[in-house]
Amino acid sequence: MSLIDDQSTIARPTVDEVPPRQKIVEALMSKDSTVTLDTLEHEMVLNLGPQHPATHGVLRVLLRLDGETIVSAETELGYLHRGYEKLAENMTYHEYIPHTDRLDYISPVANNVAYVMAVEKLLQLEVPKRGQYIRVLCCELARISSHFMALGALAMDIGALTVFVWALREREKLYDIFDVLTGVRFTVSYMRIGGMAQDISDDSITMIRAFLDGLDDAVNDIGAMLNKNRIFLERTAGIGIMEPQEALELGWTGPNLRASGIAADLRRDNPYLVYNELDFKVITRSECDVLARYFVRFEEIRESAKIIRQCLDKLPNGDFMARDAKRVLPKKGEVYSSMEELINDFMLVNFGQAAPVGEVYHAIEAAKGELGWYLVSNGTGFPWRSKIRSPSFVNLQGLSRLLEGCMISDIVAIIGSIDPIMGEADK
Amino acid sequence: MFTFEDLQQKNPALEFQKVDVGGDEAALVSRNDILEVASRLKNEFGFDQVMDALGHDRMEKRDRFEITYNLRNHTTKQRIFLKVRCDERDAHVPSLVSVWTGANWHEREAYDMFGVSFDGHPDMRRMYLPDDFEYYPLRKDFPLMGVPGSLPLPHHEDADPRFDLANGGE
Repeated sequence: MSLIDDQSTIARPTVDEVPPRQKIVEALMSKDSTVTLDTLEHEMVLNLGPQHPATHGVLRVLLRLDGETIVSAETELGYLHRGYEKLAENMTYHEYIPHTDRLDYISPVANNVAYVMAVEKLLQLEVPKRGQYIRVLCCELARISSHFMALGALAMDIGALTVFVWALREREKLYDIFDVLTGVRFTVSYMRIGGMAQDISDDSITMIRAFLDGLDDAVNDIGAMLNKNRIFLERTAGIGIMEPQEALELGWTGPNLRASGIAADLRRDNPYLVYNELDFKVITRSECDVLARYFVRFEEIRESAKIIRQCLDKLPNGDFMARDAKRVLPKKGEVYSSMEELINDFMLVNFGQAAPVGEVYHAIEAAKGELGWYLVSNGTGFPWRSKIRSPSFVNLQGLSRLLEGCMISDIVAIIGSIDPIMGEADK
Repeated sequence: MFTFEDLQQKNPALEFQKVDVGGDEAALVSRNDILEVASRLKNEFGFDQVMDALGHDRMEKRDRFEITYNLRNHTTKQRIFLKVRCDERDAHVPSLVSVWTGANWHEREAYDMFGVSFDGHPDMRRMYLPDDFEYYPLRKDFPLMGVPGSLPLPHHEDADPRFDLANGGE
């Protein structure tokens, strides 16, 4: 009796017979590269992500390797695409505010500000001074929160887990502040068209001041751990260099662009809110590498703290919400007690603000760069088109260029230094 | 500050239509002119950054789709918008990647969402959605709930048919 009684008859395909499954592989293999291959024998295609802790979410990078050197890389997005631009077209301007929290979920309140400011520009609505100061304050708190996350995650990817824990400890204090200030810890939805949900309370001012007093020590601790750490410096210095001209052409913004030696900051260049009344520095470095991007964020935390202190000192009295019954939601107490407010509230919630026909674009300097909304209105309460200009999306565009010629172990450092948030990049 | 009239002085044959985008300078140019206008804007007027390019479905018989480029001059900090339109049946416009490399992903996104293809784009693939997806979701005739069955869902031969989403289960 034969040992093999039921032999499989399926012909074995050879590798050459199987066509490349996806267009992304073709795109990768046909990509020009400045790196020359040694010998094709060591060539290999490696898939990084989308489920990889160092990709900060669901970023997928396809790598073409020669040994451990990256010859070329192709980035793929879309694993977190939720269609927020389509959703925006099917809801009123107010209804969309909670959705903006879910874009850059590390600094949600800055997204709120960017969105409502675009809508206010469309509605030609002026927010009172007090409201503007509170918005600046919130944006800077969000920036600190985001930069701590960026520093912590970059350090953790390289191996310094302690810094990550310390950074998260500081962010925990920020969440407590947001809890008191806005009523919610994480996805705050604090802003409203024409102002914000509630005024800043004395409790939260006290908490913010206490946080700022301890912030310097926290930043110093992180600096003591990393700034002269030989392992950290060797992993980051001279890695992932983005030349200034190239960064500009790619549309990079925010700390990444400033680390490439270009002092571009919307807060100073095209001031919005009350930034022109505040004193702060635009931190710029000229080394263009991972370490420079780390240092820009490191120093920006202190600048943000400076701005918040000035906001608290200068905070004017008065309204925090614009007075415009036709376009700004009335206070809840008034809705329950007055007929006129009840009618306005009903109309605003059900049909939205009847924005004038037109198009506007407004951008703010969010923690990751220029965050803007392009709104097209056809005169109804729903936007006809709402386009998010998300900084993470554009910054990631430079990733495959940065990875070229690097080693595999540099990937995590480079991705960490770009600081992408996939919720924002994928919309 | 730059205005599109300055551009017309250099090229009197150029035709454009001024548009208002929230007080910023904006103009609509024809498909044939856009490449020349873009390279002039970059080389002669210093608009070195392309911040965004967005598609927009106007839902009209003629010139249904509109692509808006969001340009910025880093030196003067001025922001302008450059628009171009195309018909539904002839949905393609020249790509500006040869002028600004940063337009690459923005144009891919506009293609992904509206089906407007960009001539001369080095890598005209979908940005977010799978390559085999047949629809363009930000067109106004695409329903908000999506098209059932348009995306292949993972399923297993032995799956309970009641729960197998790919085969019409709940």
